[in-house]
Amino acid sequence: MRSLGLLWLSFRLGVLNALQYRANFFIQLFQSTVGLLTALAGIAVVFGQTDDLGGWSRDEIVALVGVFFLVGGLIGVVIRPSMERLMEGVRLGTLDFTLTKPADAQLLVSVKQVEVWRLVDVVLGAVVVVIAIVQLGERVGIERAAAFGLVLLAGVAIIYSFLLMLSTLAFWLVRLENILVIFGTMFEAGRWPVGLYPPWLRIALTVVVPIAFAITVPVETLVGRLESTTLVTTLVVAVSLLVGSRWFWKFGLRHYTGASA
Amino acid sequence: MSSVARLPSIYAAKFRAEIALQVAYRGALVIWLLGLLIEPIVYLVVWTTVARSQGGQVGGFGAGDFAAYFTLLMIVNQLTFTWHYFFFEWRVKEGFFSPLLLRPVHPIHNDIAENLTFKLLTFTVVGPVAIFLIVTFGATLRSEPWQLLAFVPALALAMALRFVVEWTLALAAFWITRTGALNETYYLGMLFLSGQVAPLVLFPQLVQSIAYLLPFRWMISFPVETALGRLGPADVLIGYGAQLAWIAAALVLLRVVWRAGIRRYSAVGA
Repeated sequence: MRSLGLLWLSFRLGVLNALQYRANFFIQLFQSTVGLLTALAGIAVVFGQTDDLGGWSRDEIVALVGVFFLVGGLIGVVIRPSMERLMEGVRLGTLDFTLTKPADAQLLVSVKQVEVWRLVDVVLGAVVVVIAIVQLGERVGIERAAAFGLVLLAGVAIIYSFLLMLSTLAFWLVRLENILVIFGTMFEAGRWPVGLYPPWLRIALTVVVPIAFAITVPVETLVGRLESTTLVTTLVVAVSLLVGSRWFWKFGLRHYTGASA
Repeated sequence: MSSVARLPSIYAAKFRAEIALQVAYRGALVIWLLGLLIEPIVYLVVWTTVARSQGGQVGGFGAGDFAAYFTLLMIVNQLTFTWHYFFFEWRVKEGFFSPLLLRPVHPIHNDIAENLTFKLLTFTVVGPVAIFLIVTFGATLRSEPWQLLAFVPALALAMALRFVVEWTLALAAFWITRTGALNETYYLGMLFLSGQVAPLVLFPQLVQSIAYLLPFRWMISFPVETALGRLGPADVLIGYGAQLAWIAAALVLLRVVWRAGIRRYSAVGA
């Protein structure tokens, strides 16, 4: 209950902060719309030449782009800015202030920074997913939608744990900001189903940078091409990464001596 | 000695300084590169899949042709790449432009030297990656020797054209405080009309005609198509003409915009 309160508080602070720079909302809206239209135009060009891309129909790929924006937005609203803040905190020593607070440190650092305007991506992505679902018609039932929600949540949890572990490395390596930029670049490859990629890239996008779980797998659930083993694997990976990243965070914290100490 | 006569030695000094600087910031270099590489790989995979589902070919491109196209695209994109228009806003706002103006040579020489050094350094990575792509995706090149030869001037003109156009675009920062929206619109044209998403022949006829009239195609797609052997002698000559015409037009524009912009420029805190 208290954690939810903290999350809410942090979100409210983020909103108050963002409201000081209202023009940024329009800039974000413009950028997100352009990004989305670009993605849809790319799909139009590809499907101008074929009706089937490695077994995926146009509506399924549109749903994938929707999920790509949705997940990218969710990461951009709180996870990525908070992790950037954490790395900066380790480098500058400001993390000390967070650690002295009487609440769980992992929770505090994970919701520290909220970029409210990135919610535009979440909303646009959700709209595209809904439109794609309507296009797909009766193939999507309540049961499947629920499974989609569950897998999406697991996917975001996997990305979160992965980024937390990367950021925890800052306790040893200090200068690591670039690693998040590399993640952002790899994330772009998630615009298309990972199944299209050659094995080495598919493995990299599943194991090294686990974006396959957060984008392709949820959409596969939605369109009903997911095998139950993949579903179970995703949930198991999500839970073990959540536990593992928490352990790694605590382990890393023991190595943190503060920048000024 | 006039400043023009001293240009070669100025460039030589700038090259040495830039190499030291960029080697020191290897991390940033790697990130730029990764961004430059991931896009062609993604579209190469997508189009190879399309070609396979259409019985091996779309628009005269087979899987091997797509591999050659996107490998060449990556090389041409890297060699023509500029980033100044992304940083000009910051340069103007923070006053970093002022010291450049105090020097006795035009600031564009500073940026040209910076740009060429970046390309020289990054090509040591792009080269091996290109070989990797050619081998993994089985690229096939069906061009004749003269077409490969014709590629060289096409590439050189494309480098000049893209640099002049994007540097002129960068100067917008003298008038607009936030250039993000303008840059993104330009980038969008670049993405679709220069052949980065797909070879232009796969677009609807209308889009192809627009691409023919705008400068984007002549910056990337034209050298790539030349090397691939998709253009006849007449097309290649028309292409050179278009490139030269656009370079001339962009240079005139650059002079006009520069003169007007420099009068407006006042750094923050100056």
